[in-house]
Amino acid sequence: MSAKLNALNSDSYIEVSQYRDQHFKGNRYEQEKLLKQSNTLYVGNLSFYTTEEQVHELFSKCGDVKRIIIGLDKVKKTACGFCFVEYYTRGDAENAMRFVNGTRLDDRIIRTDWDAGFKEGRQYGRGKSGGQVRDEYRQDYDPARGGYGKLAQQHRSTERANSF
Amino acid sequence: MSRRRHSDENDGGQAHKRRRTSEPIEIEDRLESLICRVGEKSTSSLESNLEGLAGVLEADLPNYKNKILRILCAVARLLPEKLTVYTTLVGLLNARNYNFGGEFVEAMIRQLKETLKNNLYNEAVYLVRFLSDLVNCHVIAAPSMVVMFENFVSVTQEEDVPQVRSDWFVYVVLSCLPWVGKELYEKKDVEMDRLLSQIEGYLNLTLPHLALHIFRRRVKTHVPMLQVWTAEKPHPQEEYLDCLWAQIQKLKKDRWQERHILRPYIAFDSVLCEALQHNLPPFTPPGHMPDAQYPIPRVIFRMFDYTDAPEGPVMPGSHSVERFVIEENLHCIIKTHWKERKTCAAQLLSYPGKNKIPLNYHIVEVIFGELFQLPLPPHIDVMYTTLLIELCKLQPGSLPQLAQATEMLYMRLDTMNTTCIDRFINWFSHHLSNFQFRWSWDDWADCLTLDLEKPKPKFVKEVLEKSMRLSYHQRIVDIVPPTFSALIPAEPIFSFKYGDESGTSLPGYPVSITVSNAIKNRASNEEILAILKEVPNPNQEDDDDEGESFNPLKIDVFLQTLLHLAAKSFSHSFSALGKFHEILKNLTESDDGKLHILKVIYEVWRNHPQMIAVLVDKMIRTQIVDCAAVANWLFSQDMAHEFTRLFIWEILHSTIRKMNKHVQKIQKELEEAKDKLEKQQHKKRDSGDDEDMEKNSEEDEEGQLEEQIEKLQEKVESAQSEQKNLFLVIFQRFIMLLTEHLVRCETGSVDISTPWYKNCIERLQQVFLMHHGTIQQYMGTLENLLFTAELDHHILAVYQQFCALQL
Repeated sequence: MSAKLNALNSDSYIEVSQYRDQHFKGNRYEQEKLLKQSNTLYVGNLSFYTTEEQVHELFSKCGDVKRIIIGLDKVKKTACGFCFVEYYTRGDAENAMRFVNGTRLDDRIIRTDWDAGFKEGRQYGRGKSGGQVRDEYRQDYDPARGGYGKLAQQHRSTERANSF
Repeated sequence: MSRRRHSDENDGGQAHKRRRTSEPIEIEDRLESLICRVGEKSTSSLESNLEGLAGVLEADLPNYKNKILRILCAVARLLPEKLTVYTTLVGLLNARNYNFGGEFVEAMIRQLKETLKNNLYNEAVYLVRFLSDLVNCHVIAAPSMVVMFENFVSVTQEEDVPQVRSDWFVYVVLSCLPWVGKELYEKKDVEMDRLLSQIEGYLNLTLPHLALHIFRRRVKTHVPMLQVWTAEKPHPQEEYLDCLWAQIQKLKKDRWQERHILRPYIAFDSVLCEALQHNLPPFTPPGHMPDAQYPIPRVIFRMFDYTDAPEGPVMPGSHSVERFVIEENLHCIIKTHWKERKTCAAQLLSYPGKNKIPLNYHIVEVIFGELFQLPLPPHIDVMYTTLLIELCKLQPGSLPQLAQATEMLYMRLDTMNTTCIDRFINWFSHHLSNFQFRWSWDDWADCLTLDLEKPKPKFVKEVLEKSMRLSYHQRIVDIVPPTFSALIPAEPIFSFKYGDESGTSLPGYPVSITVSNAIKNRASNEEILAILKEVPNPNQEDDDDEGESFNPLKIDVFLQTLLHLAAKSFSHSFSALGKFHEILKNLTESDDGKLHILKVIYEVWRNHPQMIAVLVDKMIRTQIVDCAAVANWLFSQDMAHEFTRLFIWEILHSTIRKMNKHVQKIQKELEEAKDKLEKQQHKKRDSGDDEDMEKNSEEDEEGQLEEQIEKLQEKVESAQSEQKNLFLVIFQRFIMLLTEHLVRCETGSVDISTPWYKNCIERLQQVFLMHHGTIQQYMGTLENLLFTAELDHHILAVYQQFCALQL
């Protein structure tokens, strides 16, 4: 059938975001290509206590999940608030971008984004303290993500030490 | 004809510079945007926007006529909710340029033929409706529209065609009448009356003509299978043509006065009535083709009436044409915007004329109507959950109609179709998980006094189980009143028979310890198999056997021990299944072995149905068990006590889906290989005089391909055979169970309608409905082997209802 109207074809929820993995092995062109074909999603803003089972239950609503890799603190090897969800088909992953991204899991609004594909090593946080980078610098108190950000924690303990 | 736009998918990441010839593309985008967004986000009235746009387009006609034609045809097909906006626009253009009007009508007819040829019947309805509204805009002459309708209705005289074909043509005509009925009746009342009485005859609302030797009765066997509730009260679930007929009858009685539809062309009447009209070219409906896929029948979902919305505007009655138009438009909005929930919600909430109707009620009703639609919702279930959440966000006070609807659905659970209850459970638990599981559970305390197998307590139990999967056990304990404790799911922990005191006396205990240590010490598969040889076989008397036959205890000891070590998470368990795949394959070579492994999985994880489901899925994918084994296991006596639980059916349907996807995958590979071969052969034919060397290698390649195709062909046949067998197993088991129940009730003079029976018979229906496309291919076998006339009529009725969907 002929006419498809670009003006009506809007599917903005499945668009690739601005984020690019700086550790990606390959050039920008390769990365874009992989992102556009990917069946894998990065999922962020999870609670440290969110389990693989909970992620599986939620993301299975969009199709059969091939595997889930829970993100780990590099030092402690415990969950540090993100994961990868890989589907068997791209179409299922697109539905997750449309209908799971921005909704709640474990009472938190989670964020999904296209990922170029899991490679060994990518399951670890890249922050200096072992967790995610965002937890290094944030100033707020988030009990589900270890309390204060790492830098803020250091300041607090320094402050306490100085106050004596 | 129009230039194909650069698609980002082809570019990879390179910033693609627009070519020098991009100007037309930009103009095309601009035209598209102008037309698609006419009237949106504007401070001026719709009428003045249309006037302005008509002027712009008229000026662009000399250079961009074809593009404009293309865009207008597309909006007619893809934006039915804005039908009258675009018919007005076409009307204005026709008034300014008669030839353009004629070309547009021709283009629409061409498009209509295309859509019918391509089985796009829903879009064809919108095209015909557009044409009929063009009568109101003085673009098309009324008599020629009546002739088209007459041609459509004459399809009801065709013999030996599926009922769904003639249904569709009748539906198209009736569904245009809210828009154009008045105009057509004013011009051609005699013909219209004749048309309507023909339709009435077709719908069997008059006595059949005795003069005819053969008359076709319109069959409505399919209706019970598609109804969301079996009860007639408070709202009958009407067959869609019956409902529409009643609505048109009422409209006729009201002398075709229709006040809901937004008609911008009325404001332009003085301009439009000066325009010359075109006659529709004679249009013969294309004949029936064997591969035609007409839309399957529907039942109209209603859950609200005016008594449910006591404040504010009155809700139009179920047989009012306003109700039809509102529902059509809301369905169309969802169809256009389902991928973008924020836009979809905004569009729904800004429905034109919303102040005159209780819009929120209509929206909630239409959304649930789609979610509960049988056989399948138009879009993926989770879309509706997310859309409702968006609507809650955009409403002050968070869409109270939703809570009202939930209450009503709960109250009517007793007569709700089991498949719809499944969807209700999944929706409600997912919805609650986005709102901290806040709910007035005490309002539902009535379910606590009922038998746990009754629909209401069963529903609450399943909701709590699903809610637990999205949170954790203690959370569920915390959110419900203590009186609900009987409905709280079990803690999802592993049950290890060799783990506690009583386990030490079991025959498998010693080996379980040895195996456990072996695994922890990273023993090889051979070593572990050697250890397992020591497990006594309770099925055997003598020791002559080498231990190769089915030994249930061996499976039990190994699997329980392994899964216990891996119980921490899904990933741990998957890793275990992967690592010891060889051993597991060895243990489950026989069908008995396969069945037993499933038994053990259930035993250890019976409190964690989610884990059972993912393990079964993994084992099918890694070919430790096959689909038929899973089906046999689910229907086995051991699982009878779980037979009415939702997770059983989720596993069954997931299994069927895997089987279907497997067949499709191999079929696709076969098609691709065949295409490749065809291309090769074309190349050979076209290449002419080549070097001998090249010819030889080509022949080799061709030979290889032919061999590959033969292998794939075998693979497809084998997969289809497995698929057919799976359905046979499932249906056979259903028939056995149901017959047993019916016979038992009959001899005991007991009512057959127990909760178990309702669940079972509706689960049988569910298999037909959820996989109707696939099952079609095996109808012959099913009818010959299973669904014969000897079957109890209760069971046969389900089969007949299914067949009626395609008549």
